[in-house]
Amino acid sequence: MTLFLSYLINGISLGSVYAIIALGYTMVYGIAKMLNFAHGDVIMIGAYVSFCATQYLGLPPLVSVIFAMAACTALGIVIEGLAYKPLRQAPSLAVLITAIGVSYFLQNTALLIWGANPKSFKSVVDFGALSLMNGQLLISSETIVTILANIVIMIALTTFTGKTKVGKAMRAVSEDKGAAELMGINVNATISMTFAIGSALAAIAGVLLCSAYPTLQPTTGSMPGIKAFTAAVFGGIGSIPGAMVGGILLGVIEILGKAYVSTELGDAFVFAVLIVVLLVKPSGLLGKTVREKV
Amino acid sequence: MKKFLVAVLALVLVMTACLASAEGAIKIGVIGPMTGAAADYGTSVANGAAIAVEEVNAKGGIQIELNVQDDEHDPEKSINAYNNLWDWGCQMIVGTVTTNPCIAVGAQAYEDRMFMLTPSASSTDVIADKDNVYQICFTDPNQGSASAQYISDHTLGTKVAVIYNNADAYSTGIYQTFEAKAKELGLEVVAMTTFTDDTTDFSVQVTSCKEAGAELVFLPIYYTPASMILQQAKAMEFAPIFFGVDGMDGILSIEGFDTSLAEGVMLLTPFSADGQDEMTVNFVKKYTELYGNVPSQFAADAYDAIYTLAAAIEKAGITAETPAEEACDMLIAAMQELEITGLTGTMTWAATGEVTKSPTAVVIKDGAYVGAQ
Repeated sequence: MTLFLSYLINGISLGSVYAIIALGYTMVYGIAKMLNFAHGDVIMIGAYVSFCATQYLGLPPLVSVIFAMAACTALGIVIEGLAYKPLRQAPSLAVLITAIGVSYFLQNTALLIWGANPKSFKSVVDFGALSLMNGQLLISSETIVTILANIVIMIALTTFTGKTKVGKAMRAVSEDKGAAELMGINVNATISMTFAIGSALAAIAGVLLCSAYPTLQPTTGSMPGIKAFTAAVFGGIGSIPGAMVGGILLGVIEILGKAYVSTELGDAFVFAVLIVVLLVKPSGLLGKTVREKV
Repeated sequence: MKKFLVAVLALVLVMTACLASAEGAIKIGVIGPMTGAAADYGTSVANGAAIAVEEVNAKGGIQIELNVQDDEHDPEKSINAYNNLWDWGCQMIVGTVTTNPCIAVGAQAYEDRMFMLTPSASSTDVIADKDNVYQICFTDPNQGSASAQYISDHTLGTKVAVIYNNADAYSTGIYQTFEAKAKELGLEVVAMTTFTDDTTDFSVQVTSCKEAGAELVFLPIYYTPASMILQQAKAMEFAPIFFGVDGMDGILSIEGFDTSLAEGVMLLTPFSADGQDEMTVNFVKKYTELYGNVPSQFAADAYDAIYTLAAAIEKAGITAETPAEEACDMLIAAMQELEITGLTGTMTWAATGEVTKSPTAVVIKDGAYVGAQ
C-alpha cells in the first residue's frame, strides 16, 4: 500500500509539472486558437535565463524567476510579431508548421549560445521534503510549490479572463475576431498580450520543471512540451481547469504504467492516452463541445 | 620573400630532424584528436606517451622516436594521419585514441600489416576480426564483469540493484556481462530497471531499488542520467553505494552540479592520480611539472602503451631496420607472452587483442576522485 501511495505521489509530482506547462498551452490555444508548439522551447529558454541569472550574476532564485519571466515575455511578443502575425489570415496548418519551425529555431539558438553539454539546475525551492507516515512517504518541496503555483495561476487566469477588461477582450477575440474588431477591440494587441502572458507562464514552468528534474540542455523543453500538449488535450484544450486536471492525471498514468507494467513504455502510455481521448471524447474531460457552424 | 625564407628554413630544419632521427631509433606513430571536441583525450595521450618515451630512451637500451598526428576524432582524417605516418616510415602505432577512427584505421592497418596498440578505444569492434590491434583499456563489456568482481572482492554489498539504459549498446553490453558475473559470484540482483534516452523522471526506478532493499546500485550509464538519479535518490532519502563505470567519469565537471550529491559514489577506472605507489607518484609529478595539470586515465593508458611496446620490441628483437610488416607479426607473437605492470594495473593479452587486468576503483570524496582502498 505504501508502495502504491509513493508511486501515486511521484505521479502527482510529475503531473503537476505537466499541468503548469499545459496551462500555457491551453491559454494560448483558448484565445488565439493556435497550437504554439514552440511553447516547450520557450520553457527551456526561461530555465536557461534563470540558470544564468543565479549561476553567473549571483542573483537570488526568486529574482532569477522574475528575470526569466521578463525575458520570456519579451521573447513571446517577438515570436508572435515576427512569426505568427504575418500569418493571421493564413490557414491554420501554415501557422502550425511555422510554430514547429520556431521550436527548432529556439533549440538551435540555445545550442549555439549554451552548447550541448547539459547543465545542472539548482532548485529554486529548497525547504526540505514533507514527510508522511513516519517518513515512509516523502513529498518534495518542488512538488508542493508546483501544485500551489498551479492553483494560483489557475485562479488568476480564470479571474483575469472573466472579470478584467483586457480579459473580456481576449474572450471576445477568441469567439469572433471580426466582430471583436468591429466592437473596437485591437485584435493584434490582444493576441500579443496573450502570448506575453503565455510566455511568462512558460518561464515559471521552466524554472519549476528544472527544479524537479535538474538537467538543463537545449532539448529539455521538447518532450515535456509534447506531453503537456497531450495533457491539455486530455483535460480539454482551451479549458484552464482542464489543463490542471489533465496534467496531473497524465503524470499519474505515466508513473503507474512505468511502475506496474514496464519502465520502458512510460512514454507510450502518455501517447496512448492521447489516442484514446481523441477517439472517445475529442473535446477532453472538461472541454466544451462546440458545434461548427457551416 | 619573407614567407619563402621561412618555408626554406622550416624545410631545412625538418630535414636535419629527419637525419638526426635515423640513428637506429624505432619509429612509433601516435594518432589521436589533438584539436576539436575530443582534444583533451588526444593531448593527454600524446603527453603521457612523450613522458614514457623520454624515460625509455634515458635508460639507454631501445631508442624510440615518436611522431604525433592529429585526427580531430574524424575517421577520414585519421586515415590521412595514418598515411602520413606510413610515408614517414612508421613501424608501429599507438592509437588511435577514439573508437570510430580506430575502427577505420584498424581496417587499413590490417591490410597493410601495421601493428596497433590503442590506449583508450574500448569498443569490441576495435579489435574484432583483426589480429594486429591490441588494447590497453578494458573492452566495454569487460567493465561489467570487472565491476561485479570488484564489488564481490571488496564486499560492498550482496543485494545489488541495476539501473541501465536499454536503448544504448554500451550500457546494455555492460549490464549483461555484469549480471552473468554477479550470478557466478553469488551477488543477489534484487532489482533491475531500465530507462531510455530521453528519460528525466527516474522516480520509479529509484523507488523500486529502494523497495528491494538494495545496498548497492550499479549504474553502467553516462554521467548525465546518473546525475539525475543521484538527485532523485537524495530527494527520496535513499542512500546506497552508487557504483559506476568509465561513463561516470566526468560527473564532477557538469556545470552547476552539486558535487555533494556524488559524495561516496564509486567508479571503476584503471587509474587514479592520487595513487601512492612509486610509479604513479613519479608519473603524476613529472606530468604536472611539464603540462601544468593532473594526468587523466588517457595519459596513464598511453604511458603504459609505450612501456608495453618497448617490452614487446625487446622480446621480439625488433630494430630500426625491421619493416613494419615483419614487426607486426613479431609483435603479435610477443604480446601474448608479455606481462606488464604499469600505471593501470598488471596486464596480459589474449590473441584477440583483449587485455586482462585487475580492476581498480576510485571513490568521490569532497568533490574529487580518490583511490578506493
